[in-house]
Amino acid sequence: MCGATAGGLSLDGVNVAKEAVIQGQVTREGEPVGNAYVRLLDRTGEFTAEVPTSATGHFRFFANDGEWTLRTLAPKAEPTDRKVVAQTGSVAEVTITL
Amino acid sequence: MSRENSLVSAQWVEDNLDNDTIVVVEVDEDTSAYDKGHIRGAVKLDWTTELQDQVRRDFVNKAQFEELLSSKGIGNDHTVVLYGGNNNWFAAYAFWYFKLYGHSDVKLLDGGRKKWELDSRELTDEVPSRATTTYAAQEQDHSIRAFRDEAVAAIGVKNLVDVRSPDEYAGRLLAPAHLPQEQAQRAGHVPTSINVPWSKNVNDDGTFKSDEDLKALYADAGIDDSKETIALCRIGERSSLTWFVLKVLLGHESVKNYDGSWTEYGSLVGVPVALGDEPGEA
Repeated sequence: MCGATAGGLSLDGVNVAKEAVIQGQVTREGEPVGNAYVRLLDRTGEFTAEVPTSATGHFRFFANDGEWTLRTLAPKAEPTDRKVVAQTGSVAEVTITL
Repeated sequence: MSRENSLVSAQWVEDNLDNDTIVVVEVDEDTSAYDKGHIRGAVKLDWTTELQDQVRRDFVNKAQFEELLSSKGIGNDHTVVLYGGNNNWFAAYAFWYFKLYGHSDVKLLDGGRKKWELDSRELTDEVPSRATTTYAAQEQDHSIRAFRDEAVAAIGVKNLVDVRSPDEYAGRLLAPAHLPQEQAQRAGHVPTSINVPWSKNVNDDGTFKSDEDLKALYADAGIDDSKETIALCRIGERSSLTWFVLKVLLGHESVKNYDGSWTEYGSLVGVPVALGDEPGEA
């Protein structure tokens, strides 16, 4: 399928036109981190969702339009916050480096 | 039930992995999580196939629960330690469920699977084999389970605590953002219920906040602890976590979990529904 960013998660089966997708990968020293937790916080900092990363360090959220914060927790790492803007019809790709 | 005898740390669990009087049980929303690795010796409970009747919308009955626990090798005298993903949503649900059928010694691993993983503790894919037991359950304890008529009768009378996200409570969403938007016929909340999202109970690592913080949270939200309380969410699992906080950690006398929750209430004919961020009138 076209539209998938190099290195990103495949978007096969996702109706991108109807979703505000936030996805990406967590890495440490260039290696994927498969045992991290990514939390999706809304603009006020409230918890919205949380997913564990896959074996390849990938994660994906179906958010709504607006500004979000991704808070990443992983073993032997300080929590990392990253701001991201989601928009219906587009895919926000985020690489989180611990 | 109290924090001291119902909540244990990851270190406590690790120190007790070879203790024969303890059975560690994993219960996850993602029922495949166990298969990708679990705490050594832990058995798996599948909430979709093993804790719910497969025909009616209800829990398994007493005889089925007895058969289930017997087959898992869990005896009446075992200390059951529950843990799971999603900040222990389904582990707290299972805790409540074990209490519903009268299991005496049940504990929750503080922080669940996430805390265990963040601590870099060992996971294994080895499935334990346990000798079957002859488990005897008690009749359901309805002092901790609310049904729909009680939820309706509680409007304006008891504390109703809706633990869903603010958008679900207000009626802007039918399910948490990111999960499938399914089930209830109508969006909104039970009039006079107050919204205290479940996530307010826990720290980022999934461990529960201190009793002091939790007391302040519910006092600020306007819970009157001299009144009976009913907790609800969408399908009754997130509200089990709040039930655990109010009943077990804070020791409120009468707290029930309404497991029918919004997927039942929001589909009832003729009941009042409030929309927006305010509790609304009785």
